[in-house]
Amino acid sequence: MEAISLIVRSIFVDNMIFAYFLGMCSFLAVSKNVKTALGLGIAVTFVLVLTLPINYMLENYVLKAGALQWLGEEYAGVDLSVFSLIVFIAIIASFVQLVEMVIERFSPSLYNSLGIFLPLIAVNCSILGGSLFMQQREFANVGMATAYGFGSGIGWLLAIVGLAAIREKLEYSHVPRPLKGLGITFIITALMAIGFMSFSGIDI
Amino acid sequence: MALSSKTKAVLLGPLNKNNPVIVQVLGICSALAVTSKLEPSIVMAVAVVLVTAFANVIISLLRKSIPNRIRIIVQLVVVASLVTIVSEVLKAFAYDVNKQLSVFVGLIVTNCILMGRLEAFALGNGPWPSFLDGIGNGLGYGWILVVVGFFRELLGSGTLLGYQVIPQVLYDAGYQNNGLMMLAPMAILLVACIIWVHRSRNKELQEETN
Repeated sequence: MEAISLIVRSIFVDNMIFAYFLGMCSFLAVSKNVKTALGLGIAVTFVLVLTLPINYMLENYVLKAGALQWLGEEYAGVDLSVFSLIVFIAIIASFVQLVEMVIERFSPSLYNSLGIFLPLIAVNCSILGGSLFMQQREFANVGMATAYGFGSGIGWLLAIVGLAAIREKLEYSHVPRPLKGLGITFIITALMAIGFMSFSGIDI
Repeated sequence: MALSSKTKAVLLGPLNKNNPVIVQVLGICSALAVTSKLEPSIVMAVAVVLVTAFANVIISLLRKSIPNRIRIIVQLVVVASLVTIVSEVLKAFAYDVNKQLSVFVGLIVTNCILMGRLEAFALGNGPWPSFLDGIGNGLGYGWILVVVGFFRELLGSGTLLGYQVIPQVLYDAGYQNNGLMMLAPMAILLVACIIWVHRSRNKELQEETN
């Protein structure tokens, strides 16, 4: 039950894009049509769901102050949290490369449709952001961390598909010349974010 | 020291025609989330300038010895170590600002400006031009942040760097702070306005399609 409310909250209230603006770069660059947007959204969700539990385990059993206690009493005072950034990003980067290799080996057609976006995911802020927020919020167990990853991913997917759909419709509108392309995309994102803020009072 | 025209282009191009945020669309994530006040914007800008410059130098020095296949991981590790240093320094000397920036200092690692510059410039150029390129791109990112932070703090809370700027007389006459400016979406709208002004001045940057 708690996990479900966490998922709903991370999709709507704490939406990665509209509340924290994480993963904006690829959000703006890859939202020209719905199909590729959907592909990227699924890939991001997938990587989030896989990396968050791993990083959660690392955080709680290796990196946090006193986390190494299971090795023996003399390790109880060890605090490796300085290295959390490097460890997280290394996990994410190697995981993205792993996922890329697995997909390339077993499903070349999926690889071709996702191809360029897969390596991009390593530097998608929402993935590292998910891990850092996980560290900050101190979830109770691995399940909650995974649920958070899943919710954030789906929230990101919803946002990018929505923007792509609006941009497809926008193709024939008359936009002031200097605002064409990037400018109007920013304004649409802002308006969508204001819309999403109506969820912010909800306490689930 | 006199700068040759090429170094000048490397250093100053990113401030205007080649701006990482509003032209190349890199590094937007962090640009938007930290700008509700002027002070964190400035701190963030300085942090990014430092990290970009030194990451560029390090990668440029290593560029001949990094195997092509694992270069992304090498780059990320270099950047992550630099960011860790910055974040520890911030924790030690500017704890309050560090609290306000929360996860966004860590997120400098995935700031696309860094990866973009490392891939596009540092891998093919010597350390000194790379250093200038890093400084230039960091500043190009920084000024957007500072401008957005300036307007959001001025209109949103009537202060600058924490000091009251809008006189009490105006409040007595019925002026009110625009609370909307403190909300995250306004950062995007402000960047859109900057893009609007910038592109009406630089016609060659305007796009043909939506």
